[in-house]
This record gives sequence, structure tokens and C-alpha cells, in this order.
Amino acid sequence: MTGAGPTVTTADAVIENATPTAADAAPAGRGKLVLGRLLAARGAVAGTVIVLLLFLLAFVGPYLTHWRYTDIDYAALRQPPSATHWFGTGGLGQDVYAQTLRGLQKSLIIGLLVALLSTVVAGLVGACAGYFGGWTDRLLIFFVDLMLVFPSFLVITIISPRLKNTGWIAFVVLLAAFNWMITARVVRSMTISLKEREFVRAAQFMGVRPLRIILRHILPNAASYLIVDATIAVGSAVMSETALSYFGFGVKAPDVSLGTLIADGTDAAPTYPWMFYFAAGLLVLFVLAVNLIGDGLRDALDPTAESGRAPSRRAARLSRSTRTPKGSR
Amino acid sequence: MTSPAALLTVRDLRVEFAGARGRAATSAVRGVDLTVRRGETLGIVGESGSGKSVTALAVLGLLPGTAGISGSVELDGRELVGLPGRELARIRGSRIAMVFQDPLSAFTPVYRIGEQITEAVLVHQKVDKATARRRAAELLDLVGIPDPQRALDSFPHEFSGGMRQRAMIAMAVANEPDILLADEPTTALDVTIQAQVLDVLRTAQRETGAALVLVSHDLGVIAQMADRVAVMYAGRVVETAGVDELFAAPRHPYTLGLIGAVPRLDTRGGPLVPIPGNPPPPSKLPGGCPFAPRCPLAEDRCRTSEPELLGEDGHLAACVRSEELAERRPAPSEVYPVPEVPPSVLPPDRADREPVLRVSGLTRTFPVLKGAVFKRKVGEVYAVDGVELDIRRGETLGLVGESGSGKSTTLFEVLGLAKPEAGRIELLGQDTAGLDRAAAHRLRAQLQIVFQDPMASLDPRMPIGDVIAEPLRAQAAPKPEIDLRIPQLLRLVGLDPAHASRYPHEFSGGQRQRISIARALAVEPQLLVLDEPVSALDVSIQAGVLNLLQRLKAELGLAYLFVSHDLSVIRHLADRVSVMYLGRTVEQGSVEAVFNTPRHPYTQALLSAVPLPDPVAERARERVLLAGDPPSPTERRAGCRFRSRCAVYAALAPELRTRCEQDSPVLLDAAPDADHAAACHYPTVQRYPARRA
Repeated sequence: MTGAGPTVTTADAVIENATPTAADAAPAGRGKLVLGRLLAARGAVAGTVIVLLLFLLAFVGPYLTHWRYTDIDYAALRQPPSATHWFGTGGLGQDVYAQTLRGLQKSLIIGLLVALLSTVVAGLVGACAGYFGGWTDRLLIFFVDLMLVFPSFLVITIISPRLKNTGWIAFVVLLAAFNWMITARVVRSMTISLKEREFVRAAQFMGVRPLRIILRHILPNAASYLIVDATIAVGSAVMSETALSYFGFGVKAPDVSLGTLIADGTDAAPTYPWMFYFAAGLLVLFVLAVNLIGDGLRDALDPTAESGRAPSRRAARLSRSTRTPKGSR
Repeated sequence: MTSPAALLTVRDLRVEFAGARGRAATSAVRGVDLTVRRGETLGIVGESGSGKSVTALAVLGLLPGTAGISGSVELDGRELVGLPGRELARIRGSRIAMVFQDPLSAFTPVYRIGEQITEAVLVHQKVDKATARRRAAELLDLVGIPDPQRALDSFPHEFSGGMRQRAMIAMAVANEPDILLADEPTTALDVTIQAQVLDVLRTAQRETGAALVLVSHDLGVIAQMADRVAVMYAGRVVETAGVDELFAAPRHPYTLGLIGAVPRLDTRGGPLVPIPGNPPPPSKLPGGCPFAPRCPLAEDRCRTSEPELLGEDGHLAACVRSEELAERRPAPSEVYPVPEVPPSVLPPDRADREPVLRVSGLTRTFPVLKGAVFKRKVGEVYAVDGVELDIRRGETLGLVGESGSGKSTTLFEVLGLAKPEAGRIELLGQDTAGLDRAAAHRLRAQLQIVFQDPMASLDPRMPIGDVIAEPLRAQAAPKPEIDLRIPQLLRLVGLDPAHASRYPHEFSGGQRQRISIARALAVEPQLLVLDEPVSALDVSIQAGVLNLLQRLKAELGLAYLFVSHDLSVIRHLADRVSVMYLGRTVEQGSVEAVFNTPRHPYTQALLSAVPLPDPVAERARERVLLAGDPPSPTERRAGCRFRSRCAVYAALAPELRTRCEQDSPVLLDAAPDADHAAACHYPTVQRYPARRA
């Protein structure tokens, strides 16, 4: 790896005086650098734009048609897309366009929040267990294992009647609560190996507090895994919500989500494709966009990533040729 | 160039590695000419990336398929390049044999040593198994492995590093090859073990009459072993000559710089001669002479075309000004710019300076656990057992010892700022046993560490500005102060402040170590703990870092606890030295006293094992070879721990030996006022460097 990056000119023998000059601006910290790299990554920007457009579609789109997702058009059963029903109609005469956008609203929020919440919990619990070790580790891992062996649906059915009136937030929390354990275990084992690395030891000897070490050193170095895991969690959260709907919890008819639409439309897919493919297509687009953002973020956090530099390679070459005037090459 | 006795002739050897993902191919070796004559030792010396190992592997045809080899390698007139694999395999091992750097990975872990050596014999000789096994036992005996019959049935992991390397040599000479290729054979080994292995290599060469090609980065090893030397830089031989000639009158500025950059055991003090800049990566060679960007003698013509390797009487150099250098014979410091080391501002008398760190009787044991579910203690490892340290303001204490001597454990005990298992640690007059958490946190600002591996000790995902700011943030410094301090610190260690927002992997090894130093200095500590800070660096880079450390010490009045296995570096940098063996301090005192008149037999052996980068001085030395390996630290023996390897003990009369067997020696001063103490019952004074007139 040595020598692959831009080499820096230093006069090893000649060292200038160590007096500060006015020209010294505060150097850019990690946050600024990562943001800059993220904005330079084409994929991440495209992903963000797609997600924003999806939100726009989900929340503005319903106003473009007079059909509500609850409306039933008895005159049009299982009609293909037309000028009146843009995405066609369902088996009871529901407008698929209105239903899909209603579903998209729910699924966007549920998918993103569940992924975020479960990843944050997994990262913190896993890193704390791995970093502190001893009893902290034993207790946390015992709890994780306990959560893993609990039949999650049973727990949800038991507590769902109490949460009936709290709405989708409780739903998000519940979905996240049963989705973080395996990630946490992986993060824990990554932490145990990271803890032995010299830069963590160096931070300890400098007197950096444990929680700061976890936030500044451990989690950024485990970030690649966490990000990949979170992007997968987005898609799976949308799908697992359908399973919960079985128990009369979560999204119930006549309310819909992308998950329930896809589940209902699967049988009709060969004969009435519009009942399935619009919802499925939007979900695929959503997950794809999140993946693009995730990839961009991962590369932005990993300074050695080849593709993190790729979009701005021309710029880098330009700046390299101007910045290193003498000596090195 | 080919003389009648030439055994191996390498002509215009070029090795290219295909670029990954459409990138241009990189040439690792760019036209190497070498000649090896029967029975001679050719040393190939160069820094990492100079192409010396690739050259050795190319001769054996051991490079991966992605490498493109051109040129000619002739063994006894037979061309090896382009030979089919089966033909090459017949030559490998029987006519050319290889000794690798890492003896652990060079043996198959699941086969016994005996089986592997026997196999080497059976592949090339038509003998039955019993004969081959007998031959294997003979070979192990030749390389000095005790009890060869039993050793044959051992597995590789049961051998220590030195033993494995001996067995490796035994395997290499099994078929009496004409050429023995040794690629950094002692780099992974301790210095006393290195001396043993080099001795074995010499024996093996003498017994078989083979020519030896020794690849090494260590000028000392080359000076000790080689008859002729080839210096490589950026994939080419830049100078080749007889060993005496090369060291006495180098004709290439790079060779001159290398010789000046090595700290030596027999001289001390003053700045080293660093070669500015870094070696160019093989993918980005400059036009013209590849050394020109770093060369103080470079002229305009150096940048246009690459000079040929020319010269007479077997002394060739690839430099347009080689004749000038041959005539003038300048010292390295006359050619290269040498930084001034400002004089120290501290009172020269040691007693007038306040103590920074005082450690006495430090002990640390680790339990040996057994059992999968219920761990039970079956023993203890005495990692540290009686360490004494004493550092005063503005001085450098060198801590020397071989691997397993407890150096690192001692450091971590000191850095832990906690109550030690036994003994006492006093930092700036405060006993660490009595510190509460807040006081310990405040004291951390006075004590910082620089680790050995500059890549591992910098968070790869943090820009170096943040890396350097970290200790300041830990001490809750205000943000404006931090922002002001980062450029200051970068400039202090000789880096460009504009690079604060780059990531560690964008810097070279020497620059990363400078970043580590800048980070350690951020909170203005009084004591800097340096854990092998230069052992991962190339010689020419190492000199710059050592000079920086010397300058910082003088300017800032820092005290260093400098841990190293390299005695030359310690000699160069330290004011006082403390020698450890098996977790115990066996000798300590001022550098002059310990290095000139070592009293403990272990120190004497250590000093004599260090090769000097000077063939004349090297031949004139007497050597004390230590037998065997250090015993296991899991048993705490009565009496002196060194006696199993001690030459003094072995020579003692039986009635005097009982004292070594029963009493553990304590550190005793050599003279009432001298700063020199050794833990030996029968200290013998040996003047060092011992030289014959």
C-alpha cells in the first residue's frame, strides 16, 4: 500500500522552525472530510436523490388523483392501468395508485427507522460488550441470546393489544427490537479484535474515555459491516411488517403498506401484473437507492477504498500535479 | 565480467508484475547483472522495495505466474529462464537451495521435521528411506541441533525460531547444492540467535563448498558474511564491489548514504546521516537516475538518462560521478546535509535533575490457564520479575532485551498507572499505587507512548489532524488551542501542516512514525515511552527519525524510555542503558560504562553478537556465542536465571557454582560512585569492543 497514495514531500533533514503562522487554518476534521467524500461519490448522491423523490412521490403523489386508498370503484374491478386509474384497480375495485403511494409512505418510514434504530442498538451493545469484557460482556450477551431464543411473534402478539393506540412508532420500535441481536454479536467479535489493535491501546494510554474510544475508533472501524447490515435491514423490515400484519398488528386493512400490497398481489402477479409490479418495483427502487447510499457512505468512511476516490479521480490528479511541486516525483 | 569460475551468471534480469485492473505493469527488477563464483559469498543489500528478494526468487523460478521474467540466468552455462517447470524442479533443491526469511511458514506444520528433511533428500537422491533418515540426522547434527535423533520426530512448532532456521538450513544443504540462496535469513530472530544462525550458515557453506547468496537489509550482517556485495536500489544494482572496497570507498552516493545512516555500536553520539526523501515506488520511477531526487550530488544530466553500471577491477557503480567519489573518498557527512543537534539546556550533572520515573522490584505474572469450561490455574508466567528503572529529566534510558525478556510487559505496567503486583512505580515523584482516577488521568498527560508499528498505531480511518488532536481532546483542551497546536506539531516533526486532513495510509513509514511522535508530544509530556520506534523502518528513513528524536530531546528537555532490541540504536541515542534477561534487570548504568566495560556475561554476549557495518572491524572482533535458547519463563528457578547459557558459569569450579545455583544475584554497583551495576556473582570485566591489535 505504501507509495500508492500521493506521497508527501518532506525535507527529512531540514526542519523548519516550529512557529505558528497566520496562514494556518484549522484543518478539516473527519466529519467534514467524510461529508466531502460522500458528496463526491456519484452513487451516494444518486441514491439520496432517489430516496428524496420517493418521499416526494409518497407524500405529494396522492394529491394528484381524486382516488383515496380507501375508495372503492365498483365499476372497475381488476382493470388494467388507464386514464382514470393510473395503476389499474384491485380485486375490490381499489385504486392501485392510491394504495401503492399510501403503502410507500408507511414503508419508507418503517424501513429507514427500523434499520437505523436496530443498527445503532446493535453497534452500541456489541461494541460495549466487546470493549468492556468481563461482566458487562456476559450480561449483555446473555440478554442478546435471550432475545434470540424468544419467539418474537409470540411476544409481539402478547404485548400488541396494549400498544394498539400508540401507532406506527411502537411498531417501528418492536420491529427494531427483534432485529439487532445477530448484528450485535458480530460487532462484539469485531470489537474484541479491534480492542487489541495498537491505535486503541494508544488512545487508552492517552487517557481517552472508553465511550469516546468506542465512538471514535471502534465503531468507525466496524462501520463497513454495520452499513451493509443496515441496508439489508431496510428491505427486510418492509417485508417482515407483512408477517406482523397477520397478527392483526401493525398495518391492518383497509390501511396498506408496500409489504401487504406485495403479499396480496403475489398470487395475482401472472394474471393481473399491475397489482403486484408497481408495489414491488417501488420497493426494489427504494432498497436499491438505500444500497447506493450505503455503499457511498462505506467508501467515504474508509479512506483506502478505491471507489471512494473514483468519481473525483480527475480532480485528485489535477490537485496532485499542482500540490506536489518538487522532489517527490 | 564473466570469469572462468563463474557458477551463476545473471544478465539483464527484468521482472515485471502485471498491473491489477488495467493499470500499467510495475517493474520490480530492471536489468540486474550478477555473477556468483564457486564458494564465495555474495551479499545483496537494499531497502524494502529495492527488488532484492524478487531477484532471488526469479533465479529460482519461484515467482508467481503474473510476473514476466526476461533476461538470462545461467547456472554453469545452462539457461534457467524459460526452462519448463519439471526441469527447474530438478535443479531447485539439488543445485540451488533456498533459506527463507520466516522459518515458521517455510515448514509444513503437520509433518515432522525429520519427514520434511528426509523428503528433501529422497526427491533428489536415489537412496532408501533409512539412509535418507540417517542423512537427515547428520544434517541436523551439522547445524548444531542437540539430540538429532529426537529432533527428527519433532513438529515444527516444537522448535524455537532459531532452531527452525537451523533446520531450514539443514534442509537446504541436504543435497549439497552449489548455491545457497538465503533471503533475510535472520531478520525475524533475536541478535544472539542471529549470531548462532549466521555461524551455522558459515559452517554449512564450509562443509558443502557452496556459494552463498545472502540477501539482507542489514549492512552489519553483510559486512560480517559477504566477500562481495551488490547494492540494489529501485530494481537495479547501483554498486558492486568486494566487501572491504565497498565499505571503505563507496562510489555511489546511495551506498555512501546507507553507510552513514546506520548507527554503529563502536561510535556514539552526534547526528546520523539521513538520506532525504523516500525510495520511489516501482510504479512511479522518475526519469533518469532513480536516486537523483534524493541525491545531494545530482546534476542536470542525472535527470535525463539512467547511468550504466561501470567501473574496473570488479568495482562497478551506476553513477556519473563515481570517479569523482572514488578519488575524493568523502565521508557521508561531507556529502549529505547533516542536521545540527542543539546542545541540551539541562544541568549536566545527573544528581541535579529531578527524577521522572523510578521503578523498583516490579513484578508481573500471568496465570497459565487450562480447561475449556472451568479454567483452572496450572501455573504462572513470570513475565516481569524484578525490574529496576531510573530516569531523570532530559535523559534517555535504553531498555534492551531479547524477545520474551519482558520489555513490553514492563512498559505496559508503567503506562497502566496502576498499583503493580509487587514493587513500586513512581512517576514524577507520585507513587502510582496511591493514585485516584482523576489524578491518574492528569498524570497521563506527562507520559506518552510511541509504538513500534506506525501503521497499526494510527487509526486508519482518522485524518492525521484528528489523530494528533486526540490526546489534547482527552485532556479537555479548548478547541481554538487544538486548532492552533496541530500545525505547530506537524511542523515540529518535519511534516507539512497542509497535510493535516490526509489519512495515515497516504504517508510513508517514516512519516507515519513522525505523526506518532507528534501525537505523543501534543500534550507536552515529560516522559516519552518509545517502544521499538524505528525497527519497522528502513535504514535511510530510520536515521531521520532518530535525528528528530535527538533534536526534540535537546529542545524540549524530554526524557525517553527507549525500548529496542537493536543495541546500535541504543548506543547511539541513550544516556543510560538497562539490560533485561527473562524479566529481570541484569545490568544497568551509563552507556559508556555498560558498552565499554560490560560486567554481566549476558551483556557481553549480546554486544559481541551485534554485527558491525565495517568488514575490517568485524573480522578483528572476538565473538562470544551464546548457546541455546532462553529457558521458558513459566518456571521460576532458584539462583541465577542466566546460568543455563552462561559461559562464566560453565567455566567455574564446581564448588563456586553452587552460589549461582542457589542465590539469585542482586544488582551490585561496580564501584561505589560509578553509575554501573550488574547482577552477577562473578562479574568479569571485558573491554569492548574487544579487538586484536
